[in-house]
Order: sequence, then structure tokens, then C-alpha cells
Amino acid sequence: MAPQLPFINLLAQPGGRRRQDLGSFEYSYQAEITNVYPLTKAEKLYQLQLIDPEERRRFSFLPGQFVMLELPGIGEAPFSISSSPLHHGDLELCIRDVGNLTHFLSRMQRGARVGISGPFGTHFPVENMVGQDVLLIGGGLGIVPLRAPLFAVLENRSRYGRLDVMYGAKSPADLLFTYQYDSWRQFDVNLAITVDRPNRGWRGATGLITELLKERIAKADFQPATSFAIVCGPPVMFRFVCALLTEAGLPMQKMFVSLERRMHCGRGKCCRCNIGATYICLDGPVFDYWTVMNLKEAI
Amino acid sequence: MIFATFSKKELPRLFDLLAPNTVVGPVQKGLDRAGRPLYDFDVIYRFQDLRLDYPTTIHSAKRHFLPHRESLCTFTLQGNDWEKQVDYNVYKPVVFFGLHACDINALNKLDKVLSSPPYPNPYYTAKRRNMFIIGQGCQPQPQCFCRSMGTDTALHGFDLFLTDLGDRYFAEILSATAYQFLQKIITRPPTAKDHDRYKEVVTERNQQFQTTVDTTDLTKLLDLEFESAAWQQWGDKCLSCGTCANVCPTCYCYGVEETVDLDLRGAAKTKYLYSCNLIDFAEVAGGHNFRPQTATRLKYRYYHKHRGFVEAYEESLCVGCGRCGEACLAGITVPDVLASVRALGG
Ligand SMILES: Cc1cc2nc3c(=O)[nH]c(=O)nc-3n(C[C@H](O)[C@H](O)[C@H](O)COP(=O)(O)OP(=O)(O)OC[C@H]3O[C@@H](n4cnc5c(N)ncnc54)[C@H](O)[C@@H]3O)c2cc1C
Ligand code: SF4
Ligand code: SF4
Ligand code: FES
Repeated sequence: MAPQLPFINLLAQPGGRRRQDLGSFEYSYQAEITNVYPLTKAEKLYQLQLIDPEERRRFSFLPGQFVMLELPGIGEAPFSISSSPLHHGDLELCIRDVGNLTHFLSRMQRGARVGISGPFGTHFPVENMVGQDVLLIGGGLGIVPLRAPLFAVLENRSRYGRLDVMYGAKSPADLLFTYQYDSWRQFDVNLAITVDRPNRGWRGATGLITELLKERIAKADFQPATSFAIVCGPPVMFRFVCALLTEAGLPMQKMFVSLERRMHCGRGKCCRCNIGATYICLDGPVFDYWTVMNLKEAI
Repeated sequence: MIFATFSKKELPRLFDLLAPNTVVGPVQKGLDRAGRPLYDFDVIYRFQDLRLDYPTTIHSAKRHFLPHRESLCTFTLQGNDWEKQVDYNVYKPVVFFGLHACDINALNKLDKVLSSPPYPNPYYTAKRRNMFIIGQGCQPQPQCFCRSMGTDTALHGFDLFLTDLGDRYFAEILSATAYQFLQKIITRPPTAKDHDRYKEVVTERNQQFQTTVDTTDLTKLLDLEFESAAWQQWGDKCLSCGTCANVCPTCYCYGVEETVDLDLRGAAKTKYLYSCNLIDFAEVAGGHNFRPQTATRLKYRYYHKHRGFVEAYEESLCVGCGRCGEACLAGITVPDVLASVRALGG
């Protein structure tokens, strides 16, 4: 036999785009920033469109999944998809300026091109919530991932029971998506908003989001047996919220939360998001609360 | 399994047959302060440089398949446009000459995470597919506890495995390629005497293990003793330096960084190996750190190796090579940590 061992060139082999294909690992869709809306001082809503029409049409995700957004030469980070699954590769991401990549992004204009990979992770199983009441509870940036299931429910509004959205922010100036509240209400959403620190003009509720929830639970038409809850926000918040809901009789496997961890691949390979045997990027970020309770140091 | 034996005089010939390829094997790299030789895996050009009598190496062979820094892709930038060029960084097959069973098992374990769907990692997989591995029986060192971890023999993941029977080698042949190479040197089928001698050698070797780890119900124990005082005690000693992960043959976690060329026409995305002992391993946006204390991070490393990985793959991620304990400046070893968690718990 030849003294040279045969060389297997995996790079030369046709690279598919399915998750199990080697060629998909470092593939990113090119997307254009089509619009940027400043929402608050720190957060902006970015509308992105996958450039290739075929890719745009085929890109499909489920509410609660996230993408990795890449700015060549700057970095890559995970962001929840905040738009309706019906819009495929026309995505909306709401991003807070907190560091290197997000700050660079905040100075980018429409027309700029970014890389998108994904969608990754588990989703809020809205398909199982048909016929039931749905509670969407968000604190702070938590409203961002909540928008995807909200849209998913609104697009099939007649198939669901009562829909509550409870949203808490630090101050009125921190409220996100204010321009959409009226349209949500028109679609039969019971929207309740609270802020920690009201300003002078504020006429809504003040205090913690748990207060809104307590009021809701106290009402006669709160039926834990036929309800689902999706809770997004900082860990302290969903711990309290989920405790309240459990007390009110909602089974833990009917509450869903989204966990945040440091992520450098989104594909179960960098091990940064790992808790024991659980990869938040693959097995999560969406978990039912029972699973979260069983994860060591999850919250 | 197909077996053969061949005289030790044939080994240089086998090496020369493989030498047109890149060969990586154990070499001596200077002496430590006490004058003892230090070993590492490096590219070898001459058979004389190969030190098959090496006790163990300080670093595992990891840098040859999971390099500390590795380019994932490069970009060409032009105005708003950019293009991505991906390279898996493997251009030729590599012969690994003389890996011990623990290091072969380490590769088998890494395969389970890194080459498995969903999202198999092509950078690792491409290198792994292009490996030709010659394993070699070892002399257990005082720090080795592979036998406790069930990794003291390799059942697969190599092409050829050699056991030293004195004047000859006993060869286990696992791949057709290895079989074909052996056709070119003088071998013979093993006799009953060879089999007896092989069993003697293996038994002798197995009696030399000095360190054991009690792994009975270890996963349950780690769950129960999650709050054990032992973690704090070890955490107080740990320097959070990440050396343990650096030398470990199965630590694979990483971070990614991107850089722009000075002329702004190109950019690069680089992956660098990380360690869960480093302080910002689990820090997220807003500055929240999920594992701010040294003890939590140290515990996490054990929890992932000996608990999480077992849950996912029915086996531990630690192969018991003892390298982390040898390299740790604070003298923290796996057998000591696990024994203390067992002893202090409850
Ligand atoms: C599943 C998921 C969904 C997310 N969705 C959103 C969203 O919809 N909107 C939003 O504004 N933010 C979201 N984040 C947070 C977002 O990923 C971070 O804000 C972003 O990574 C910060 O990057 P940076 O380069 O600007 O910050 P850096 O300058 O890198 O650092 C700033 C801070 O971010 C942390 N950080 C850096 N890289 C990562 C990373 N890869 N993963 C997590 N934290 C990191 C650092 O530890 C530091 O504390 C999400 C995170 C996860 C895990
Ligand atoms: S266990 Fe030892 S080698 Fe590992 S981080 Fe701590 S001090 Fe460093
Ligand atoms: S944890 Fe330590 S003993 Fe176990 S495989 Fe890694 S370096 Fe070897
Ligand atoms: S983000 Fe890399 S393993 Fe989860």
C-alpha cells in the first residue's frame, strides 16, 4: 500500500444545512438590517431580513428560540427572536446595549449586513396550549422573548382562551413596545403593566409584578387547571412568580421559563452554557418549571 | 479482533513505513527541577526521538486535535458586504505513535460530545477522521487511577495497539489500514505461549496501580453532597488558574473571539480553549455571574465530569490520567477531592 495514508477532506464534501451536517456548523445566513427603531435609551428593535429569498422563505423557527447574531470581526452572541414565527426570515430582535458587540450594533445603520445562525434551542409549546388560558408574564427584557409566543397566539386568537400579558419594568421610560399596546388590547389581550419607579405622569400600577399576578389569581375566572404560563425575566422574578403560580394550583409542568447563560456556540459544543448534563442552548433555553427545579444551581 | 506478534527489531521499520506522514509521539522535553525527564507529545521525524518508555506526559496530546487557539473562519470585508471563508485546519493525516489507553479513551469520550449530532463539530471531526493511532501498553504511575474509571484498557478508537512482551510486541489490529502496514514487516500469528505471556504482562501491570477512586454510586453522592463543606475546603485552596483544564485530555470547553485586520479588509474568528475554573466562565450580560465563587466553579468541574457526563453518556468524562493533580499548584487531585466529598458528606 502507498506510504501516504489516505486523506479524508471533509471540507471538500458537500456541506448540507441541516443540523446534523458538518457544513452547517459554521454557516451563517447573511441578513440585512432593514430598520432600526430606538425603543428606550438602551434598547433598540432591529428588523433583519435574510438576503437570499430562498433562505428567507425556508427559515422557520418556533416561539422562544434564539439565533446567534454575528458581526464579522466584532463578535457573536445569542439573542431571542422577538417576531412572529409566521414571518420566517424577516426577523425582529430587540437588543440592549451592554457591551462590545451590542454597542457596535447600536451604531449600525439600516443596510448593514450581519450574520445569523440558528434557530437554536427549545420553544414555548403554544401548540399544546390550544383551548386553554394563557398567561404571559415578563419582567424587564423578558418581554422580548415573550413577543414571539404572544404573536403566535394572536395569529390564532380564536383557538385560545383568555390571554393575559403582565409586564413589569423599572420605570415608565424603560417600557418596551409601548406603541403596540393598543393593538394588542384590540386583539383581546388583557394587558397589565406595572413599574417600580413611577414618574409624575404615570397613571398605571406601581410595584412588583407579583402584585399584578396576585390580583389576577384572586379573580374568580382564574382557572389553574386549564391555564398555561410563560414567565420570562431575571431569575429572582420567575422564582417568585412561579412560587405564586404553584401555590395557586398551576402544575409546574404547565409553566415555562427561559434561562439565560453565557453562550459561545449555541450548538452544545462549547460547554459554556452547561449545567451538569443539561445544555441550556440545546435542552433549553425554554424549560418547564419542574425541570428547572431539578437543575442544580439553575436559578 | 485480529492479533499478531512481531520482534522489537521490526518496530523501527514500521515507523519508517509510516514516516512519510506526519507522526506525533512522546518525546523528552528537558528535565524538571529534580532532574527527572519531562515528556510531551510532539511531531517526530526519527525513530530514535520516540520515547515509548514514557511514564506519562504533562500535557495530553490535545493540542494536536483541539489546539488551544484555532481559527474557525476568516472574513473578507468590503463596505457593507462580507464573505465568510471556513477552513477546518486539517490538510493531512496524522499518525499518533504510542498513545496510552487513557488518552485513546479520552478521544472516544470526546467523540461522543464533539462528533455527535445535532451539530457535530467539523474542526474536531475532520482531524479525528484523519488520525492513525498506534496505542501502547503503559506502566501505571502513582497518580494514575484509570482502572477505577474503567479506562485502563482501550477497546476501540485506535488502529493498532501494542503490548510489550519483552523481546517482542503483541499487536491488536483494529483497522484494515493497520493490517496492511503490518504486512510490510515480519510478523507472525501469536502462539499459545504469546497469549500466556500477554496475560502475564497485563496482570503484572494491573497490580501496579497505587491510586484508586471509589466510584460506587458517585453520581448519587455528588447530587446529595452538592452543599458539602468539602467543596468549600477545596475552593479555599484553588487558585482558579485553569491549569487542570489545560492539561486534561477531555476538557474541551471554549470561548470565541473575533478580530479585525488592521487594513479593515479582513477579519477572523478564533476559538480558544477555556476553563470552567476561570472567574468569568459563566458571566452573562449585565455582569451577573452564575458561579462567582472559586468553590462553586471547582465543584462544577467535578460535577460535569463525574455527574453530568454520566447522565448523558453512561460514563464519566474523566479518564483517570492524573494529569490535573500533577499539574495543580495547589495540590488538588481528583482522588483526594472525591474521597473527601464521600467522607465529609452527611
Ligand atoms: C438565549 C439568550 C437569549 C438572549 N436574548 C437577548 C435579547 O433578546 N436581547 C438582548 O439584549 N440580550 C439578549 N441576550 C443577552 C445577550 O446575549 C448579551 O447581551 C450579549 O451576549 C452581550 O454581548 P456584548 O458583546 O455586547 O457584551 P460583552 O462586551 O461581550 O460583555 C458584556 C456582558 O455580556 C456578557 N456576555 C458576553 N458574551 C456573552 C454570550 N455569548 N452569552 C451571554 N452573555 C455574554 C459578558 O459576560 C458581560 O457581562 C440573550 C442571551 C441568551 C443566552
Ligand atoms: S484545581 Fe488546581 S489547577 Fe485547577 S484551577 Fe484550581 S488551582 Fe488551578
Ligand atoms: S480530570 Fe484530571 S484525571 Fe481526569 S482526565 Fe482530566 S486530567 Fe485526567
Ligand atoms: S452555547 Fe455552546 S454549549 Fe451551549
